[in-house]
Amino acid sequence: MPADIKRSKRVPLTRRELLKLSPLLAMGVFAIPKFQAPLLKSGVKLTDWASSKWFRENHMAPTFADSELTPLDKFYVNTYDVDDPGVDLGSWALTVSGDVQRPGSYTLAQIQALPKLTHNTRHVCVEGWDAIVRFGGVRISDFLAHVGANPTARFLYVECADDYYESLDMASAMQPQSLLAYEMYDQPLTREHGAPLRLRLPTKIGYKSAKYLTNLMVTDVVPRAGYWEDQGYPSYYGL
Amino acid sequence: MPPMAETNLTSSDFVSGTPASQSSNVAEGVYEHPWPVRFCHWLNSVSLFVMAGSGLRIFLAFPSFGPKIPQKNLVNFPPALTIGGWLGGALQWHFTFAWIYVLTGVAYVAYEVFSGNIRQILFVPRDIAGVWPMVRHYFFFGRKPPQTETYNALQKLAYTSAIALGILSLLTGMVLFNPVQFSFLAGLMGGFHWARVWHLSVLGALVFFVIGHLVMVALHGWRNFMSMLSGWKR
Repeated sequence: MPADIKRSKRVPLTRRELLKLSPLLAMGVFAIPKFQAPLLKSGVKLTDWASSKWFRENHMAPTFADSELTPLDKFYVNTYDVDDPGVDLGSWALTVSGDVQRPGSYTLAQIQALPKLTHNTRHVCVEGWDAIVRFGGVRISDFLAHVGANPTARFLYVECADDYYESLDMASAMQPQSLLAYEMYDQPLTREHGAPLRLRLPTKIGYKSAKYLTNLMVTDVVPRAGYWEDQGYPSYYGL
Repeated sequence: MPPMAETNLTSSDFVSGTPASQSSNVAEGVYEHPWPVRFCHWLNSVSLFVMAGSGLRIFLAFPSFGPKIPQKNLVNFPPALTIGGWLGGALQWHFTFAWIYVLTGVAYVAYEVFSGNIRQILFVPRDIAGVWPMVRHYFFFGRKPPQTETYNALQKLAYTSAIALGILSLLTGMVLFNPVQFSFLAGLMGGFHWARVWHLSVLGALVFFVIGHLVMVALHGWRNFMSMLSGWKR
């Protein structure tokens, strides 16, 4: 007879058996406001860490045929404050700073002189919807090589014309499909989709693909994780 | 491999509501549930509750399986009935309790396998014949089939399905969370959209299981409930 099947003339040790379950009461710590926030923060950090471990820099996001594209007028525009921050496209330039050999301003023409990559990939919003979208631009890895970025730096940090800001781990930035995009659906970026330059990251959740870029910094320490991250969304959130 | 734990216990000890022994007035007891099972059971009940509640809040951010434009909402219930308050808060609960949920499931299945007790609950092909008689008994007032094992065929089907649903909830969730890294799994599920349908369907099936489970506990009484707390059934 296995040890766990016992019969007894009386039911002994009920209290001791109940006490064996007492560690479950530790779950109550999630109900205490003071501990709840840090615990949940740690949980998200653990999830972020794990997904950064199984991220494969050379694993390509699936690409799609042109016939599978979500039509441009069915591609939802998500912004956190304004659809169009009124960027002066004529005088616009990207300011590059941080751990790079050639910091300074880069015009759209200089960026467009680098090799162009166009792909149809899935854009996934944290809300749960997605769209198959076509973007074209320069690989972030090519641009970083062009400005002489330190390849061992840990992060990219970008700021935007609408005061949005984002951070990006270097492994995801170097993924060959990660773009500094200036085209969508074979036309220049529309204003509400981030003209003149935005991130397009098929291996990241949507809110990481910042629009209307103005500043790009290569750094080991990000000043802030990102606009939505600072509201409580995960910082890494790879796809 | 330990011997099968069915020995001389029949399912009437567990589910029928009749005393394990006619002499139950002298408080003879049966040790039904070893503490790892009870521990995992209650931990899982908490984490499943949190996963379901936060998952529903996440679903509320886009309660549809179709395109974003035009958006056709399938449900519209107050966020107050969910966990997390807003999408970001719900994600925090979901991504934290996912670990507790998964580790509890792994610990439980490992314990069942290594103790040999999994044979009490694992639904195997020879149990198929016993399902219909139990359904007839429960739902159509049929005669109660004679019972030869710890759990009857319908119980085994329910418990085995619950474990399978747990595994499916994890796999579909991983595809929703990281569809690029797990693009192979996504393909098996019919793509990202279908993974979302499956993930919510698994929740529906788990809710169905829990409701059935709670109804049976209510029908079969206090002693079954207590035995999941103390291990002993009087």
